[in-house]
Amino acid sequence: MLGLTALELARIQFGFTISFHIVFPAITIGLASYLAVLEGLWLWKKDSVYRDLYHFWSGIFAVNFAMGVVSGLVMAYQFGTNWSYFSAFAGSITGPLLTYEVLTAFFLEAGFLGVMLFGWNKVGPGLHFLATLMVALGTLISATWILASNSWMQTPQGFAIIDGRVVPTDWFEVIFNPSFPYRLAHMTVAAYLATALFVGASAAWHLLKKRDTPAVRKMLSMALWMILLVAPLQIAIGDAHGLNTLEYQPAKIAAIEGHWENRPGESVPLILFGIPDMAAETTRYAIEIPKLGSLILTHDINGKIPGLKEFAPRDRPNSTIVFWSFRVMVGLGMLMLALGLWGLWSRRGQRLYRSTTLLRFALLMGPSGLIAILAGWFTTEIGRQPWIVYGVMRTEDAVSDHGVLALSTTLLVFIVMYFAVFGTGVSYMLKLIARGPQTHHEAADAEPHDRGQSLRPARPLSAAPDDVDPAPSSGKD
Amino acid sequence: MGIDLPLIWAIIIGFGLMMYVIMDGFDLGIGILFPFVRDRGDRDTMVNTVAPVWDGNETWLVLGGASLLAAFPLAYSVVLSALYLPLMLMLAGLIWRGVAFEFRFKADEAHRPFWDKAFAWGSYTATFSQGIALGAFINGFEVVDGVYAGGGLDWLRPFNLFTGLGLLVAYALLGSTWLIMKTDGDLQARMIRIGKPITIALVITIGIVSLWTPAVHPAIAARWFSLPNLYFFAPVPILVVLIAGLLFKLLRAGSHAAPFLLALCLVFLGYSGLAISLWPNIIPPALSIWDAAGPPQALGFTLVGALFIIPFILAYTAWAYFVFRGKVKQGEGYH
Ligand code: HDD
Ligand code: HEM
Ligand code: HEM
Repeated sequence: MLGLTALELARIQFGFTISFHIVFPAITIGLASYLAVLEGLWLWKKDSVYRDLYHFWSGIFAVNFAMGVVSGLVMAYQFGTNWSYFSAFAGSITGPLLTYEVLTAFFLEAGFLGVMLFGWNKVGPGLHFLATLMVALGTLISATWILASNSWMQTPQGFAIIDGRVVPTDWFEVIFNPSFPYRLAHMTVAAYLATALFVGASAAWHLLKKRDTPAVRKMLSMALWMILLVAPLQIAIGDAHGLNTLEYQPAKIAAIEGHWENRPGESVPLILFGIPDMAAETTRYAIEIPKLGSLILTHDINGKIPGLKEFAPRDRPNSTIVFWSFRVMVGLGMLMLALGLWGLWSRRGQRLYRSTTLLRFALLMGPSGLIAILAGWFTTEIGRQPWIVYGVMRTEDAVSDHGVLALSTTLLVFIVMYFAVFGTGVSYMLKLIARGPQTHHEAADAEPHDRGQSLRPARPLSAAPDDVDPAPSSGKD
Repeated sequence: MGIDLPLIWAIIIGFGLMMYVIMDGFDLGIGILFPFVRDRGDRDTMVNTVAPVWDGNETWLVLGGASLLAAFPLAYSVVLSALYLPLMLMLAGLIWRGVAFEFRFKADEAHRPFWDKAFAWGSYTATFSQGIALGAFINGFEVVDGVYAGGGLDWLRPFNLFTGLGLLVAYALLGSTWLIMKTDGDLQARMIRIGKPITIALVITIGIVSLWTPAVHPAIAARWFSLPNLYFFAPVPILVVLIAGLLFKLLRAGSHAAPFLLALCLVFLGYSGLAISLWPNIIPPALSIWDAAGPPQALGFTLVGALFIIPFILAYTAWAYFVFRGKVKQGEGYH
């Protein structure tokens, strides 16, 4: 297809399917914790706003979760179908990590999900809260294992190669490899940030439409507190992550910076904009700030970092792509920080809920967390090339021997199907959001669905009158 | 060496796959039965009997894949790349079906029929490709130097297509008996009616596969028909016939839970017949579980977690089923 080789097609297929996948887990991780907080606040304060918000977001969570599961299913099989040499070579490390993820995380999520979504009237409030907590915990455990696996591929250690296969020698070293803590922190915070931006944008949309209810206000306020808290945290973690990468994958950092060589007596500038040219070995149209690169990356005004020319051409990652994906991520991060600060500033005199400019900005920033996550992963994964296991196995040696025809067919099917299925799913999510949180009374009386449309049983409150609302019974917890 | 790690892992994976077959079997079966039920309310009820648990059912499939990679990386890489196209087809089916669970409730009037079709077709595609994969597995794979050496379309054979059909029948039986247990009224009566021909079809299918397999594979024929093996294994086909007969009778008598349990027994027997035929190969016809196993460091590490955690998984899964026990009524929870 289009003159692409089997290797390129396999990579596009993997990149395409995982890029779709990661969007859903990011929101799942964030929403699960958000729902746990909402339910906890409802049980604690008995303010019905929290319960209404819980039911509102749990419906959206259900749709998102289904998409996360089915897109993840594809990932678990793609290692074998598309990267069979990699699986045979490194399966003894990635396999056990993935198995632990299934055992400790996926089953936990799946086991308690039913009760969380359908069990509001079937179990006591304490047990229901427990189910929500378990689902949230499951999403975090899941992130931990899969990132341990990915980080090991980035900064491998704790293994020996025996008979041409990886043999784990020290599991503690394998899991707690050098980049793992940074990647785990950065990704988890990214999920929280992306969800907060998403929730905040939904609230801003309703306020702009003049649907000013206490629930909508609460949503916006909670989201902006979260952004204020985690945006600076994310920037700090990202900075530390970069230093760690400089130590273990200097070629990646050189590519991110578009830094080709150290000129004698000059420290490293920070290139704000430019177009790295892989063939000419230079960064064109560079706009630089002298010495800032040294300062950020080595925390020393005269520090030096390796340039790309110090690596053999076949060992260089593509600087043109990662230079830009990195800048998209960092630029969006700065905008998130600005949003958080602006929100704080506007809290005085309740301008938060009235300032159209702020609300428009918050709306516009809705997808920015997800875009930054994708940009971040593109930086990380493309920056790791040409290695699949850094310094140990090349990507070209990992790919299965499928023909171009088989790969292009499946790729086309995936593309058409993913856009159809997940496009529809996302549009359902947006429709649900547009409906807005129902206050309890409305939900019981008004028929939010069209007549004749089937209703899902046990959807929490549609049927329950006010007085049977579960209140935490003292014996239960 | 004290413990036979590959053996234990083969048992765990076998157990996980069996859990998958019986649990996702009945919820795929519900999609397979969709075309036979036209009434919208009944269809909602059908989906609602599994909505709270389907995700957990499917997780057993993920466990199968992951633990195969962990314990037998060679088998994972050979089998999955040999079955590339059927597996991709299966994944596509599972995607449509999985999202249809949620989407059909969220869709507007005009799009609901579409998602109902997606639910049914997804279930058919996923089941049929699983059946093809099963047949291809029985047929075995051509392996040279630890790499799959066959062609991309080797799985496309009459036997495999037949096992694909066979699995459709098996899941349909699981689905219909599950619904007999979980529903009442018209829907239940319809399922009882459908259940009888499906039982007969399944017995015939099992019979044909049991004759076809040894006819083509002398090694499998030798395993079953040599003495004294014949005495040990004979109960399997005999039990199949007995249980099918009992199932048929109980369907007539109108019992609610027993048919599902008997259908599970039937599937379990088919499964053990398969195990008898293939043991101890994990990449038939030549590579055994010991040839394909990963290093003991990987198997041992993962085993600790598996033995410790699987009991908890079984416990809270059972609890989730317990919470949603009892009959699901049409439009339950609404006035
Ligand atoms: C556990 C492993 C793992 C994890 C968690 C991720 N990746 Fe990855 N990624 C791989 C393991 C991997 C891989 C199997 O190693 C690939 C396939 C080909 C390659 O070179 O690396 C890869 C390639 C790859 C490519 C193509 C790069 C290229 O070929 O130049 C992209 C764009 C992504 N990934 C994106 C992502 C995204 C958006 C992720 C967010 C979840 C992600 N990866 C997580
Ligand atoms: C190549 C890498 C990946 C593979 C093979 C993979 C595999 C899977 C699978 C099989 C599922 C479905 C599980 C189920 O049935 O419930 C899933 C869901 C999930 N994955 Fe991934 N995944 C990958 C990357 C990631 C990353 C990087 C993260 C997070 C940082 C992540 C987090 C999750 C979470 C939280 C879920 C829960 C269900 C949901 O998303 O709604 N995954 N993944
Ligand atoms: C603004 C300052 C930020 C800095 C300095 C920063 C730094 C970095 C660096 C250096 C990497 C690559 C690490 C490697 O490949 O070894 C990275 C990856 C990544 N970034 Fe950022 N980042 C920032 C903001 C953000 C934001 C706002 C998000 C998302 C909301 C985000 C999400 C990600 C993700 C998902 C990855 C890939 C996973 C990983 O390697 O951790 N980053 N970041």
